[in-house]
Amino acid sequence: MTDFVAALGQRTLFGLQGVGRAVLLMARLLAGVPAALRRPRLIIEQVYAVGVLSMVIIVVSSLFVGMVLALQGYYTLVDFGAAESVGTLVALSLVRELGPVVTALLFAGRAGSSLTAEVGLMKATEQLSSMEMMAVDPEKRILVPRFIASFVSVPLLAAVFSAVGVLGGYLVAVGMIGIDAGSFWSNMQASVTVRDDILNGVIKSVAFGFVAGWIALHKGYEAEPTSLGVSRATTMGVVHASLVVLGLDFLLTALMFD
Amino acid sequence: MASQRTIEIWVGVFVAAGLAALMVLALQIAGLTELRQPPGYQVTAYFDNVGGLREKAPVNMAGVRVGRVETIELDTESYQARVVLRIDERYNRIPNDTAAAIYTAGLLGEQYVGLEAGWDDEPLAAGGRIGDTQSAVVLERIIGQFLTGMGD
Repeated sequence: MTDFVAALGQRTLFGLQGVGRAVLLMARLLAGVPAALRRPRLIIEQVYAVGVLSMVIIVVSSLFVGMVLALQGYYTLVDFGAAESVGTLVALSLVRELGPVVTALLFAGRAGSSLTAEVGLMKATEQLSSMEMMAVDPEKRILVPRFIASFVSVPLLAAVFSAVGVLGGYLVAVGMIGIDAGSFWSNMQASVTVRDDILNGVIKSVAFGFVAGWIALHKGYEAEPTSLGVSRATTMGVVHASLVVLGLDFLLTALMFD
Repeated sequence: MASQRTIEIWVGVFVAAGLAALMVLALQIAGLTELRQPPGYQVTAYFDNVGGLREKAPVNMAGVRVGRVETIELDTESYQARVVLRIDERYNRIPNDTAAAIYTAGLLGEQYVGLEAGWDDEPLAAGGRIGDTQSAVVLERIIGQFLTGMGD
């Protein structure tokens, strides 16, 4: 019995330690941002790796998400004689929720996993230790540019997601269902606002990029330096980043749209 | 791995695409409603009850949108609702004795302010007041009146 209680306590303490190390890492990453901005080349390389290479998956998935939203929204709204509001439904769902959230989830899967694996492997092959040996701080040289690239890329990707998603909704609503293009746009423009909807969506996506990059890097940096450890860290990185993004989304939504 | 120059070009394209998408969101999807506010003037109307009227609700005249509701607040002198309407500049020839009423679009739709033009030659001035107002129809009150009327 005492063994069980002790095991529970040990696990709790271990978990808390992990959270504490993650928060300390975030503080160091943030502290390293100003210095890293003076070497933009490293950041540009990482924006290419996590942002540009994620464009294809973002564009393709947002097109389909927008098309499905328009179809499903139409089936429901047509019963209430409000089929013209399908543009409003598509735009508000995308700009407020799906754009930032789905982008962050895809980013965690597509780019976050590769960040974790890359950093974990660098640790397993002792590249990080050899950098330290050469008096190069691996956190500033490796982690910070990747962190900056994450929270720069995710808002841009989310904006592309929302815009292409609305285009997908337009194609289905106007092209397939035959809703008047004028009322599609005017209904949308009457109810979407720059400050309440679009700006809040951008704030959300910056926060998500921040969290996704931070968790991915933390998991990689803390990975056990074995092949099993790296693979486990990669899985946990994606799982934890997705969960935190969804939880944070609820929190931010409750604060923003009260 | 692509060369440094190609990477830089692609990142530039990526950032430009992201910013362009933001512009599309602001201009095409939101219609930039706050920033592209048409020039207009304010008039005030006092209502006994605004019902479910909200700020930014449309102001219509003969079914045509001529402005929107700017603020709604309680006037602590008369205990009426003080509603400030913003009428577009091009509709500056609205008669002085125009009447305002709060209607509901459809049975369950959004509430809006409907203006009924009067006969006065004098136009409603900026900062002027609409005297003739009619409150929102509150469904519960009508049902209540109907039920007490049934009891007699």
